[in-house]
Amino acid sequence: MRPVLLVLEHFWTWYRRNWRATVVSTVLLPLMFLGAMGFGLGSRITPGPATDGLPYVVYLAPAMLVAAAVQVATAESSFPVLGSLKWDRRYYAITSTPVTVDQLLMAQALWVALRVLISGLAYIAVAALFGAFTNAGVLLAVPVSVLAGMAFGSWILALAASVNDEGVTFGNVFRFVLVPMTLFAGTYYPISQLPAWSRPLAWITPLWHGNELARAVEFGGMGALAAVGHVVYLVVLTAGGLLVARQRFHARLKV
Amino acid sequence: MSGVPATVGSVSDDAVLVQADGLVKRFGDFEAVRGVDVKVRRGEAFGFLGPNGAGKSSTMRMIACTSPRTAGELRVLGLDPDRHGPRIRGRLGVVPQQDNLDNELTVRQNLQVYGRYFGLSRHQVRARATELLEFAQLSDRADDQVEPLSGGMKRRLTIARSLVNEPELLLLDEPTTGLDPQARHLLWDKLFRLKQQGVTLIVTTHYMDEAEQLCDRLVVMDGGRIVAEGSPAALIAEHSSREVLELRFPIDQQHHHVPLVEDLAERVEVLPDRLLLYATNGEAVLAAATRRGMRPTSSLVRRATLEDVFLRLTGRTLVD
Repeated sequence: MRPVLLVLEHFWTWYRRNWRATVVSTVLLPLMFLGAMGFGLGSRITPGPATDGLPYVVYLAPAMLVAAAVQVATAESSFPVLGSLKWDRRYYAITSTPVTVDQLLMAQALWVALRVLISGLAYIAVAALFGAFTNAGVLLAVPVSVLAGMAFGSWILALAASVNDEGVTFGNVFRFVLVPMTLFAGTYYPISQLPAWSRPLAWITPLWHGNELARAVEFGGMGALAAVGHVVYLVVLTAGGLLVARQRFHARLKV
Repeated sequence: MSGVPATVGSVSDDAVLVQADGLVKRFGDFEAVRGVDVKVRRGEAFGFLGPNGAGKSSTMRMIACTSPRTAGELRVLGLDPDRHGPRIRGRLGVVPQQDNLDNELTVRQNLQVYGRYFGLSRHQVRARATELLEFAQLSDRADDQVEPLSGGMKRRLTIARSLVNEPELLLLDEPTTGLDPQARHLLWDKLFRLKQQGVTLIVTTHYMDEAEQLCDRLVVMDGGRIVAEGSPAALIAEHSSREVLELRFPIDQQHHHVPLVEDLAERVEVLPDRLLLYATNGEAVLAAATRRGMRPTSSLVRRATLEDVFLRLTGRTLVD
């Protein structure tokens, strides 16, 4: 475990120097969305069945946390990982020390989770100041968002260790997976509004499960079995992504 | 005399830092290293020489315990890399072919962060970083970001970083490729000092002057195999003549003169603008050629170098 902590210390050293540049995309952007959609557009939306009877901004706020978590996890698992393999090659430097490939991957995954956590807490703090939350249950949405982030991010880790381009693949994943997922997986409105045939597509996304859980911890109304089901799905997705990532990391680093 | 020999065996075994027998590395169908045997002893400066694609770097990565071997036996510091990778890596210094510094950290942070990986305390890495900054002549850039440093500075930092754990064995993969002459000489100077301090060096290079400067003993690799082994002087003695006579001619006229001098030298090599005559006494051959009426535009007698050995062993010999 100590080598894992040392890699985290390494990444933290980088973050301490460079965190300012990350604030815009990880904290300000979701808050802008919450402001524009929740307060702006939300002012024209009458609370009703589609918002679970809640003011729109309140309905949106916990899901926005999860959507941002998935985006931060994606960002942190993509270019920084590709860069560590291809541009500055720091993974090769790290695995030339006593640190093993498995320890490096574990540290990288934990680092992504930590970044999601930091951004999530910052978002919660600011959004709470604007009165976007109804109760402290939303704090439980933070671990939910980390889990949802990792359920997607772990697969991006695996992808990042598989590609060797200058980021074209990531661009396609952002355009054709991440953005549609953000728009159609129940962040801004319930997926019951989608055509029936397309709902299964939302069901397979980690974001939908995260949204459901995040709203449930704040607003209640979810059975224990359903909650366990969502959590298990996200855990399995995370574990699967990490297993593939592990295979890819070994293939890439032990040559 | 009783009791003396008991430890001799283990002491001499301990002195062998790297032992490879029939080492093989395959990437799919491609066999990069095809059965390499080497033994490197403590305190030696050992070189892998060879053209690009000879298998030098693959061999180095297996010794660095970052690339598992496909077949053969390998012991590094007396241990099996497959089973004790982290333990061995903790006692190695590695300078890869391409720098892999943290470009967005400062020079000092690069040293400190890596020192921590080798179990040094925060206090220890601070002291060690200061020492190494001095060694690498980077003290005045200590708190600058790495990114804008020159190639030579980055290379020095990479070498300084590889020393952070005071390694017993330092692996340098093409340490001076791409550097200007000043930077190369400065680096050689640093490496020479390490060698004097008793650090065992393994160097790969395709620069002959580098091999002659640094290596006590070297192997020439070509196509994944070792094609020659020995000290630079022994390799020259074995694979080349003592001297080389270079005769320059106007372009493309050199081969007309080959029949005239062929029997005077041990070997004649034809280059586009000149003939190389390998002989024990270059002046004598020049005198004989002149008596036969040969009038080159210029002539030069020089001692044979590793480059001559290298070209002979790894190709380009046209007349033998």
